[in-house]
Parts: sequence; structure tokens; C-alpha cells
Amino acid sequence: MAGQTLLRIENVHKRFGAVIASAGASIEVREGEIYALLGENGAGKSVLMSILCGVLTADEGRIVCRGVELQPGSPEEAVRRGIGMVHQHFMLVPNLTVAENYVLGQGSPLRVLSHMKAVSARIRELSDKYGLDVRPDALVRNLSVGEQQRVEILKVLYHGIDLLILDEPTAVLTPQETDRLLELLRDLVADGKTVIFISHKLDEVMRVSDRVSVMRDGKVVFTTDTSATNPRELARMMVGRDVLMELPREAARQGEIVLSVRDLACNNELGLPAVRGVSFDVRRNEIVGIAGVSGNGQSELALAMSGLAPATAGSIRLNGEELCGLSPAAINRRSFAHVPEDRHKMGIVLPLPLTENVILQRYNRPPFSARGLLRSRAVEDHTRDLVQRFKVKARDIDVPIQTLSGGNQQKLVVARELARHPDFLLINQLTRGIDIGAMEFVMQEVLKQREAGKAILLISTELEELFAICDRILVIYEGRIIGEMPPDRSRLDEIGLLMAGKEPSARSAGSEPVRVH
Amino acid sequence: MADIDIPPSRKAASPFSSNTPLLAWSRRLLKSMLPPLVAVLVALFAGAVLLAVTGFNPLDIFTVMVSGVFQNVRSIAEMLLKATPLILIGVGLCVSFRCSIWNIGAEGQFYAGACAATFCGVNFAGLPPALHICLVLVAGTAAGALWAAIAGVLKVAFNASEIVTTIMLNYIAIFMTSYLVTGPLMEQGAAYPQSAKFAHAIWLPRIIPSTRLHIGILIAVALAVVAYVFLFRSSAGYAVRIVGINSHAARYAGISVSRSIVLAIAISGALAGLAGAVQIEGVTYRLYQDISPGYGFEAIAVALLANNNPIGAILSGILFATLDSGSELMQINAQVPQVLVFVIQGMVILSVVGFAALKFQSARPSE
Ligand SMILES: Nc1ncnc2c1ncn2[C@@H]1O[C@H](COP(=O)(O)OP(=O)(O)OP(=O)(O)O)[C@@H](O)[C@H]1O
Ligand SMILES: [Mg+2]
Repeated sequence: MAGQTLLRIENVHKRFGAVIASAGASIEVREGEIYALLGENGAGKSVLMSILCGVLTADEGRIVCRGVELQPGSPEEAVRRGIGMVHQHFMLVPNLTVAENYVLGQGSPLRVLSHMKAVSARIRELSDKYGLDVRPDALVRNLSVGEQQRVEILKVLYHGIDLLILDEPTAVLTPQETDRLLELLRDLVADGKTVIFISHKLDEVMRVSDRVSVMRDGKVVFTTDTSATNPRELARMMVGRDVLMELPREAARQGEIVLSVRDLACNNELGLPAVRGVSFDVRRNEIVGIAGVSGNGQSELALAMSGLAPATAGSIRLNGEELCGLSPAAINRRSFAHVPEDRHKMGIVLPLPLTENVILQRYNRPPFSARGLLRSRAVEDHTRDLVQRFKVKARDIDVPIQTLSGGNQQKLVVARELARHPDFLLINQLTRGIDIGAMEFVMQEVLKQREAGKAILLISTELEELFAICDRILVIYEGRIIGEMPPDRSRLDEIGLLMAGKEPSARSAGSEPVRVH
Repeated sequence: MADIDIPPSRKAASPFSSNTPLLAWSRRLLKSMLPPLVAVLVALFAGAVLLAVTGFNPLDIFTVMVSGVFQNVRSIAEMLLKATPLILIGVGLCVSFRCSIWNIGAEGQFYAGACAATFCGVNFAGLPPALHICLVLVAGTAAGALWAAIAGVLKVAFNASEIVTTIMLNYIAIFMTSYLVTGPLMEQGAAYPQSAKFAHAIWLPRIIPSTRLHIGILIAVALAVVAYVFLFRSSAGYAVRIVGINSHAARYAGISVSRSIVLAIAISGALAGLAGAVQIEGVTYRLYQDISPGYGFEAIAVALLANNNPIGAILSGILFATLDSGSELMQINAQVPQVLVFVIQGMVILSVVGFAALKFQSARPSE
């Protein structure tokens, strides 16, 4: 249902110092469509959308919505015109309830407080209408990422928005949650709303969007009807070359055991059992994947392994040495690197420059520290090296890391951990927010580590990521490893069943048996 | 400096920017000094309006104030004398605030330092003077550090809010001082509650003839530089800052959050305690009740105005001391009630805090 033009962004320019984030970007969005926006990390997608919804002010150019020019730099005006955005990194206040978050900044506190009942009722009503399952009185900090995202979406709907912008909404979702979200988007469009959708996942774009544009270096370089294109073409438009989905790798070698986990158990933040007796080994030259719907103990497993949460039972041995009971600092020193799940919560320190972010675990060790003082020359050289090797797009190495695009922040975290040359590397979500070109590169870097004899554990909710580089895949369900599979795309269904906690009983003949612990 | 804000401007888009390190450095310095400067100007303007409304000519008043404070070497020396404890304490608070530890107890730590310094000053008369001076300073520093560390330990052990505990410790230290100067440390046969006077040999040496200015100001400036290096160039200072910004990331990095917290608040206590010792050895030469007119509280504003940068604390300490000295002059020479000056000082603090909030707003990530 291609309606008439709802919105035109015309020739928008925006620069930050020497960085050009928008270089004359123009797009046109039609009433009632799902419009997808693609582009490499740092192409300027988030900035353009922030300009559209008034969070940033363009240097040049204009935005016309239903024939009326938008006043630049005014989020209030954007909301009045029905434009609302769910940002790449959520913007909820963790210590408030859902309803309180919705009324934040909505007029005088007294008036708002007297209306809380009505607010909650309206939230429930909307939540029921779209099947979002949002409780108005829940504390935001107790919600999972998937739930928080539904809260963000409902918040936009609550404010009566009819142009909804979603910036990489599926980056943090499990496949099931993603399906649900895409369905929701279709419901919204059926309800007369319009959606702009940013994603690095081409299959989602193909599945859900009506039209798609590709951004490169701050410009829109390609726009087409989704039905008239294919993932290959889109990838080529984005990256400028063909992208390999199958990475070449050396055959598996059986090295000696580097990391050995036995009967590990630990609790979640609320003190409830989250990991219930997990055992596995990771060998040299091996990448072991852990697949599972998020919330089945992966986060807790990673925290326990890195010493950030206590294990209640079991043992973790690295090169034969027990890690359980050691401090995170001691584990860090023992050739153990960790790419954390949530870069903003743990992986980086947002207001600090790149330089101070790349020395996070090594701030008090050579070569970055000597006699108690930081050695800025060594730190800068190292940062520059990482930025160049991983093609991190940044204006300079001393800008706050929060000015980098989401994918570039992730690249720097991965670069930092790989550069520590650990014997064992724990990766919880490798390519979260990284574009497909960089994804290929990052995966290749991880494979290089494997070839160099490292042991790697990759926890991921992305099956594609696991299939691409793992030697074997363990499936975790409710805190237990319930099966092991080869990285074989043809057995996707079996993995899916295992992830849902079901034993795949009807196996196709000839396939090797599933080993269940 | 690590506290650079997000570059918001398209005006700064010169391709020739940050070509030489020195140029980049001075640009950044300017940029970091701009918000507090604007905050001060806004406050002074509001103060001018206030003065005008209450029937004074603000221009005259400010002239009286500035020309009075900077009239001659002696008046400048008096102002710097006031600035000394403000800078010392303010520098310490920068460290604690960078760790997001809201030490409101510098006043109490100042008193704790003053008490310990007095005890060592009136005893141990047999020591060589230089050694004795050092002993007094070290005792004050240690007492302040310990006093503050109590709040730090309570924080890491029981998660007790340091805001509450440090305020409570203020009361204890101040009443303790009263007890000491009316009891154990009271001068033999004195009419007032005060300690015995320090021997002349252990007074801090003065640095400008015929003024009271003593080497305390040099100590303060030197320690500001040391604190700057600690915070922004040392590994331990890095840990303190990381803990202050994101404790999850700190734990992930293997930083001991508890240790950094106790270290940061102990450093701020140490400097406040040292300020107490310096005040006794350099100005009052004895301990009495109410020895601080609220240096510990005023220094909070000093640190805030400096954006918790120790070097900036030198400047903002001097600014507050100027306002303090100026307030006396305004009262004496222009009959402006001193409370009005307090109101203006309050406005400086308010607008500093206001600008900090604004900065926070604009620092929201763009995505
Ligand atoms: N506040 C800022 N200050 C300086 N540079 C910025 C700021 N915000 C964005 N940029 C820069 O603008 C460019 C475009 O960033 P943007 O966030 O729009 O990328 P993106 O297309 O959303 O990438 P990603 O896929 O990684 O999220 C990047 O190079 C980024 O570093
Ligand atoms: Mg983005």
C-alpha cells in the first residue's frame, strides 16, 4: 500500500569537527510503508535519524513532513508532528517504573502524578492492543533487553506517534523476539503507521521492508523497492564489494584442553539459580559456540567465568589452574580475555577517550604503565594501531568513545580483547551492531586467533555467527547444556528445537547422533 | 584531560585544528575553562542585578571589591592566605568527586587534622624545628585521612551513604575539638578555651616579608599539580576515575572498586587534614573552637567550579578567596551587607551546578 509522500529529508549536512556524518543525505518516506535504511558502521544512519527527530540539528538542509517544514533541533516539534524514535542504545531511566518513564518531562510533576492511574490504564490498553506484554508498574532495571525494547516502542506509541523510527532494534534480540518484532511492525503499518527501520541484517530487511535505501559516507547512494533487489546486491551497495558469507577456514585440529568447565553452577542477580551444572572443554585451535535463547543462563555463565559473579558450585580450569574464587583482576592476568555482552554497561567507559578505553584491563601493567604512571606514548600508539587495523571510524583517538557509532564502539572492544593475545577468549556476542563488511573482517580476525592456537568460547544468540566460525555448538537451555551439534546449516531445525528445550527425536537418517550431556 | 565534553560545534570544523599538540592542548584548556567562566559571569551579572535592586551601584561595588583585594602586596597576600585552605581542601575533593564519592565531611577532616597537629605541636618540644614542623603536618594529614577513611570503609563494608556518614563525622570532629580545647589540650591558666600557642620555631616560614603569607600556598599549588598527575597520569588515578564513571566497567577491568573508593576519600581527607595543620602552623598558631569558618564546605564549591580538576581548583580557590576578602571590603568600604556577598557566592555555585546539568544534557549520546 504505497501511499503518498509523508516525509522528505532534503540535502541534510552535518559535521562533527572534521568528521562528516551527513553529506547531503536525502530520503523520501511514503505513508504506510516500512522503509529500511542500510549502511556500514559510521555511514551516518543514526545521525540522520537523530536529526529527523530533533535530537541533533543539521548544519544545512531541511525536513518536510506532510508539506510542512520541521523546525530543526526540536524534539518536541518532532513529537507534535508524530515522529518518534527508539534509539540504538535505550534511553530509559533504570530506577523508575515503566509508567514513570513515560511521563518523564511531560508537564508539571503535580499534574503528572495525579494522572498516574490514567497513564497506567492507557499503557495497559495499548499493550493489549499490540500484544506487547508491558507492565506499567515494572521497574525498568528489572527488565530484559527485549522487554526494555518493547517498553521503548510502546512509549513512542503512547505519545501518539505515527512515524516510528527504529535504530537497529534487532541487534539485541533473539531470533524469536525478532520474529515477534517484525510481526509487530506489520501490525503497526496495518494500523496506519509508518516505520523507518535500521538494521545490519539483510534477511530482516528483505522480509519486512517495502522499500530500502543504502547510505554510504553520509549520503544515500541507492534506493529501491525491496521486491526488486536481493541481499547480494544490497551487500554490494553497502560495502562496495561482494561479501563472503562462508569464511574459509582450516580444518579442525585437536589441540590440548585449555579451558575446562566442570559442573559449574551460579545464581543470577536475584539469587536464583541461573546456571545449573554446566560442563564442557575448549581446546587449542578450537572455537566452541554456545547457542540459546537469551536469558537461559548465558550472561551468568560469562560473568562467573570471568570472576564477576561467584560460582556456587563446580570448577573452571584454565591451563589446569583453578579460576573459581579468583578476582577478576587475577583472571585478567591469566591470559583470559572477555568481550562482554553489553558494551555500554561494562565494555567501555562512555565519556572517556578511545585511548583510555583500550587500556581498560591493562592500565596498571606494562607497556601501558611504568612505575605507577600511565605511558601516554605507548597508549596512543596502541590505540592508533587498533583503530587502523580494525578500521574503526573515529575523528581522533582522543575523542570520547561515545561519539563513535555503535558498530565502531563494538569493533574497538573486540580489537582490544583480541590484541591481548590470550590463551582463552570468551566472547559474548561478537558482532552486535557491526555491519556485514566489518562482520566478515571481525570473524576472520577471530579465526586467525583460532589458527594461532587460541581456545575460544563464543556465546551468541546469532546462529549465523555461530555457524560461520564455530567448530561445534553447544545448546544451552534453562542453565543446562542440553546438546551438542556440528555447525551444519542443514540441521538448523534440530538446533532450533534444542534451543526451545525440546529433544529432536525424529532425526533424519544418516546424521550423526546428538550427544546429550 | 579526560573531562572534555562532546564537541558540539560546527564552528570548530577547521581542517587545521589540532595540528600541533600545543595548539590542541591550549584549545582544549580553553574549552574546558569556558563553562565555569561563563557560570561565574552569569552569577556576577545576577549579583549586579541584586545589588542594583537593593540600591547599590554594582559597578562601584565591584570596583571597590577588586581594587581593594588587589590594592597592594599585602592585600593580595591576605587573599592568598584565605585561598590556601580552600585550594588544599578543594584539590582533595576533586579526587573524591572524580570517584563519585560525595565527601561532605572535609570540614570534619579539617578539624581532625587540626587536633592531631595541635597535639603534636604542643608536645615533642625536644625535636629539631624542621623535623617538628614535618611531624605536625604529617600528623594532621594522617588524622584527616583516617577520619575520612572511616566513611569510606563504612561505604564499602555496609553500603552506608558517605553523604550521611561524613556529615555525622563532621559533628563528631567539631565537638571533639571543643572538648579538647576545654579539657586535655587547654592552655594552662587560660581564660578562653584554647590550646597553648605553638613555639615560634615551628611556625611555617613566611614567604613575603611584612605579610602573613606562608609557604602553605606553595604546598597547596604543588599538591594540586601532584593531584592532577595522580588523577590523569597515574594508574591508580585512572582506576579512581573509572570507578567514578562506571563501576561495572571498573569491575570488568579488574579494578578493586572498594580499594579505589577508600583511597579516593582518604586522599581527600588527607588534604583536608593537612589544611587544618597548615592553618594552625601558619596562621592561628593554636587550636580553638570554630577554627574553620566553613572552609570544608566552601571547598566543595571550589571543586565543583573547577569541574573536579585539581589545577582548576587553584584558580577557583583564588576566586572564592577573592569573593571572601572582597565581602569584608564591601562591608567596610561600601556598607554592603555581607549577606549579600554570601548570596552572590551562592549564585556562583548555583550557576556552576546549572551549567554542569546543561552539559550533561548535551552530552547525551547521539544515537
Ligand atoms: N556526537 C558526535 N560527535 C562526533 N562525531 C560523531 C557524533 N555522533 C556521531 N559522530 C560520527 O558521525 C559518524 C556517523 O555516525 P552514526 O552514528 O550516524 O553511524 P551509523 O550509520 O549509525 O553507524 P552504526 O551502524 O555503527 O550504528 C560516525 O563517524 C561518528 O563517529
Ligand atoms: Mg547507528
